[in-house]
Amino acid sequence: MSEAQIEVSRRGGAPDGMAAPVSNRMLMWKRFMRNKIAVVGAVVVVLAFAFAFLGPLIYQTDQVHVQLSAANEAPSANHWLGTDAVGFDQLGRMMVGGQVSLTIGLAAGVLATVIGALWGSVAGYTGGWVDAIMMRIVDSGIAIPALFILLVISAIVSPNSLTMILVIGCLAWLVPSRLVRAETLTLKSRDYVLTLRGIGGGHWRVVSRHIVPNTISTLVVNATFQIADAILLVAYVSYLGMGVQAPATDWGGMLSAGLSAAYSGFWWLIIPPGVAIILVVCAFNAIGDGLRDMFDVKGR
Amino acid sequence: METFRFILKRVGQSVVVVFLVTIVVFALLHLLPGGPARGILGVQATPEQIAAFKEKRGLDEPLVIQYLEYLGRLLQGDLGRSYVLNAPVADLIIDRLPKTLLLSVLSAAVGLMIALPLGIWQAYKRNRPSDYVLTSLSFVAYATPVFFVGLILIIVFTQWLSWFPPLAPRGDSIADILSDPQALVLPVTTAALGIIALFSRYMRASTLDNLSEDYVRTAAAKGTSEGQILARHVFRNSLTSITTMLGYYIPVLFAGSLVVEQLFNYPGMGLLFWNAAQAPDFPVLLGCVLIISIATVIGSLLADLVQVFIDPRVRHSS
Repeated sequence: MSEAQIEVSRRGGAPDGMAAPVSNRMLMWKRFMRNKIAVVGAVVVVLAFAFAFLGPLIYQTDQVHVQLSAANEAPSANHWLGTDAVGFDQLGRMMVGGQVSLTIGLAAGVLATVIGALWGSVAGYTGGWVDAIMMRIVDSGIAIPALFILLVISAIVSPNSLTMILVIGCLAWLVPSRLVRAETLTLKSRDYVLTLRGIGGGHWRVVSRHIVPNTISTLVVNATFQIADAILLVAYVSYLGMGVQAPATDWGGMLSAGLSAAYSGFWWLIIPPGVAIILVVCAFNAIGDGLRDMFDVKGR
Repeated sequence: METFRFILKRVGQSVVVVFLVTIVVFALLHLLPGGPARGILGVQATPEQIAAFKEKRGLDEPLVIQYLEYLGRLLQGDLGRSYVLNAPVADLIIDRLPKTLLLSVLSAAVGLMIALPLGIWQAYKRNRPSDYVLTSLSFVAYATPVFFVGLILIIVFTQWLSWFPPLAPRGDSIADILSDPQALVLPVTTAALGIIALFSRYMRASTLDNLSEDYVRTAAAKGTSEGQILARHVFRNSLTSITTMLGYYIPVLFAGSLVVEQLFNYPGMGLLFWNAAQAPDFPVLLGCVLIISIATVIGSLLADLVQVFIDPRVRHSS
């Protein structure tokens, strides 16, 4: 359902014979709330953000000073989830790491969707050889697996949160660009677009005011899946030791020393970050599924 | 004729894509601070050394000339030289690639042998409790990083139960690796779990799609039992889309082997790449990226071609 159509139905009020005017927005909200798994996903995401960003206000820990005398302690009343190899409180570490994982995932997912929307709409709207060249570039981008290229770039520039957002955003836009191009192709031959062109509307106006807004539902659904994928990708890169550098960390990075922890039987260093990644990725995917049903679009 | 034109077009597209990939890899080599000279001489080279090297190797020539020379060397199978391992990159990859392929083929075979029956069974039991449980499990498995699965398996099966060794088999040849099957169990299981999660989902969806086809209704009307319809008709038709998905799955398979090989110290291309990233050893990194990208392009090309050959409907609609 497009923004424009929503506006029309809201201004027009309820059709004759209907008791109460129910807006489309309310209808969509109800449809989302009916999908219980998606609602649970949304709650999990909110809780994860609260845990990472508000948690440190309540559960205060020292994440700056290394304390080797208190390394690898099992969970206790002092350290609810024990301590890691350099004596940081593991629960506090989960909060700090969560801030990085969630921020990079969210920002990179949104950035990828924005780039993909622009690229796909321009390619689809322009058509011809410009479209052919732009889409071959997308093909070759998809041919280079993101994890490998990300590791190469991490070897070139020392990675921090900002560079990782930019790099993942610049790698992950390929799939949304294909989706948006496909929708643009059908939209540009619609009567209202042809009419607007006929009465002298410029290309920029058509793309920015009519094509892109009509792909919003596809984009929102895709962005949710993109965020889930970005969180996983960051986790892989950090696990392989090429993510944000110490003392900063993220959930994947907390597992980069996981092998030695596994051999020593320090389960509290492995289970919490792994479960956190799974929970948050599942939650974003569930929200994506819910939004897809709500907008009734084809996602992935 | 139609088919021939489609194949020609698809092969042509793939060649263009591989060509663009070489440009990207070449660009990455020149993105390095200090350019390829830095990549070859390593991170510790002084600016003077780099300047001298550039002059000697013709690296101060225009980029277009350099690119054409690079392309010429690629066509001769020259991927550059690893100055960390002191060996040609092509030789290193040729030595490691078969081992990675062995691990990938084993995991894919094990994974599919479980995923395909599972998907059909789920479609048969659709929307019943057992289907919901399995669907939720694959939903969770899809969100689980491969390294986390590996770590959990290592804790459970090497530390608690000591059923399997924590390290993959070592050895120079495929025969050496296969001579220690017990050490292969954990790496193969780790890689196979992702395949099971994904392909049981595809198989379920594909089976459900096929169940709504006319030929299923015809077979049912003629009195064929649902079990027989599934085994004899639907399964074979579903395989079309599964083969296609396998072709597209190649990059994921390589990414998985990167983690599995690092985790279990398995001497394949993934471990080669990971060690090169730690060094960093740019000729090896970019050589691997190029080979994996070409494998990806060939995979999706084969997927499309296989579909044309086994499904006549695709041939006529294209």
